[in-house]
Amino acid sequence: MEEKAKKPRFKSITVDETTYKTYTTKKFDERKPWEPDNPFKMVTFIPGTILKIFVKEGQEVKKGDTLLILEAMKMENEILAEINAKVKKIHAKVGDKIPKDYLFIEFE
Amino acid sequence: MSLKQKTKELLKRRAIAEQGGGDKAIQKQTAMGKMTARERILALLDKDSFHEYDLFVEHEARDFNMDKKVLHGDGVITGTGTIYGSPVCIYAQDFTVAGGSLGAMHARKITKIMDHSLKMRVPLIGINDSGGARIQEGVNSLAGYGEIFFRNTLASGVIPQISVILGPCAGGAVYSPALTDFVFVVDQISKMFITGPEVIKTVLGEEISMEELGGARVQAEKTGNAHFYAKSEMECFDQIKKLITFIPWNNEQKARAFPPKEPSKEFKIEDIVPSDPKKPYDVRDVIRALVDDSDFFEIQELFAANIVIGFGRINGETVGFVANQPLILAGVLDTDSSDKAARFISYCDAFNIPIVTLEDLPGYLPGVDQEHAGVIRHGAKVLYAYSEATVPKITIILRKAYGGGYIAMNSRHLRADFVFAWPTAEIAVMGPEGAANIIFRKEINEADDPDAMRKLKVEEYKEKFANPYVAAAKGYIDSVIEPETTRRILMHSIEVSANKNVGQPKKKHGIPPF
Repeated sequence: MEEKAKKPRFKSITVDETTYKTYTTKKFDERKPWEPDNPFKMVTFIPGTILKIFVKEGQEVKKGDTLLILEAMKMENEILAEINAKVKKIHAKVGDKIPKDYLFIEFE
Repeated sequence: MSLKQKTKELLKRRAIAEQGGGDKAIQKQTAMGKMTARERILALLDKDSFHEYDLFVEHEARDFNMDKKVLHGDGVITGTGTIYGSPVCIYAQDFTVAGGSLGAMHARKITKIMDHSLKMRVPLIGINDSGGARIQEGVNSLAGYGEIFFRNTLASGVIPQISVILGPCAGGAVYSPALTDFVFVVDQISKMFITGPEVIKTVLGEEISMEELGGARVQAEKTGNAHFYAKSEMECFDQIKKLITFIPWNNEQKARAFPPKEPSKEFKIEDIVPSDPKKPYDVRDVIRALVDDSDFFEIQELFAANIVIGFGRINGETVGFVANQPLILAGVLDTDSSDKAARFISYCDAFNIPIVTLEDLPGYLPGVDQEHAGVIRHGAKVLYAYSEATVPKITIILRKAYGGGYIAMNSRHLRADFVFAWPTAEIAVMGPEGAANIIFRKEINEADDPDAMRKLKVEEYKEKFANPYVAAAKGYIDSVIEPETTRRILMHSIEVSANKNVGQPKKKHGIPPF
């Protein structure tokens, strides 16, 4: 707190259309803006290793088809298609270790 | 053998056991910038007050050649002593003995002193410095942790429990501190986490240092797991000693009273608080203008700084303060600040400490991240904690008291005993700008000059509602007071609440929105 109090500049925060002068916290400044889910972009919800890939680029998939197997937390997770679509691009290959929130399949 | 000789032998045995892990291990401990477990206890307690028990306890492990190993005191020192004359039970894990690892007898020593502190109704202080479970002792080690956690929970709200993290405290072990009332950490020394950097790297491929993952600063600022942050072990001990002066020995007593002292003249309310509700100030200075000797002992200073909590004394008696901090994030309530305040309110209630709330907030922090982080259930904790508390509860509304925030901050409606407002108070359903835009939407939209009309209507609303008198007319606040008289009024309110006694419906316990 003491260190924050030494920050020279106030920022503005608006609550119910009233704007207040104040300092902010590190956590507040590091917030990520919200983005809606995009069903055409599949991102990892957990980091892990790709064990198998069952689809190819350009292939049509149906909702519920198994796309690949992602090993994470000692579990082999089957990743299923959420929509009927065509695989546009696969950004991973078997054996890849991929982090959380990684875009690994794009559909069109 | 004569008595003298036998006594001599005792002293010899004691001297050997007191060496812990021996010179080499002690050198290693010192090289890490850490004090030894024994030095820590002696530095914290009153001089010559420490009495040790179970020094000669030996471990019972037989597998993996453990039967050939001597572990003095089994890696933990336990005993009783005093801090400023107040009795405490204490244990300190000794990292020089098998890395302070927790085996069955180590755990039994801890649970024995915990049982003692609960029986004698005195505070418990645990100094953690341990590599974790003693793997050689397998499931017996896990059983030990479970026994400790159970006692932490049983003693919760009966005796004050203090955890001091002076080394690693990782894996399951860290749940004992998490169950206690106050957690102290020291820069570069404390390390707390459930899964360490190694595991995270192997499983998830994320690389992070121990300090960045669960060091003192992170725990004090980001996670809120720690309540007090110090630069050195000695500073940490001073903080613990000071805390002990503010809290009672147990839930059936009151904190010790001290001779009353006037606040310092340096803190003048009229110079601290701007009347424009949009302008920031440091609410801690207001607290310093109210408490004895201007001595405010802040808790969780670095975490969720948009709310301020801590102890001070009014007329010699301990009071818990909860105050919105306009200096940080305009003093809004959010998930973290709600958690922070609710737990403190609950602590004060359990240990007979009156709560003074200083209110000045625009409402809840808007944002998708807040809603998705569960600001509903976190915010509910504040309502629950205030409503449940039966200690004297006094609210001073300094400036803004809008909407849901007004209700949450110990309003009359949550059974506050006294609610006072300064003439600068604005008790309203929302800020004038927001309210005028809704109420006069039609007039504003239909006006030739909507902006001018909006300004006019905002002023109109301000004039009529942005004051303490609407709420005073309904009796929602007890009195509009001159800011300069706040301390005197607090003294009186606490004095007349000394025998407060309210009935509660019979129940096993409520179900707080944890």
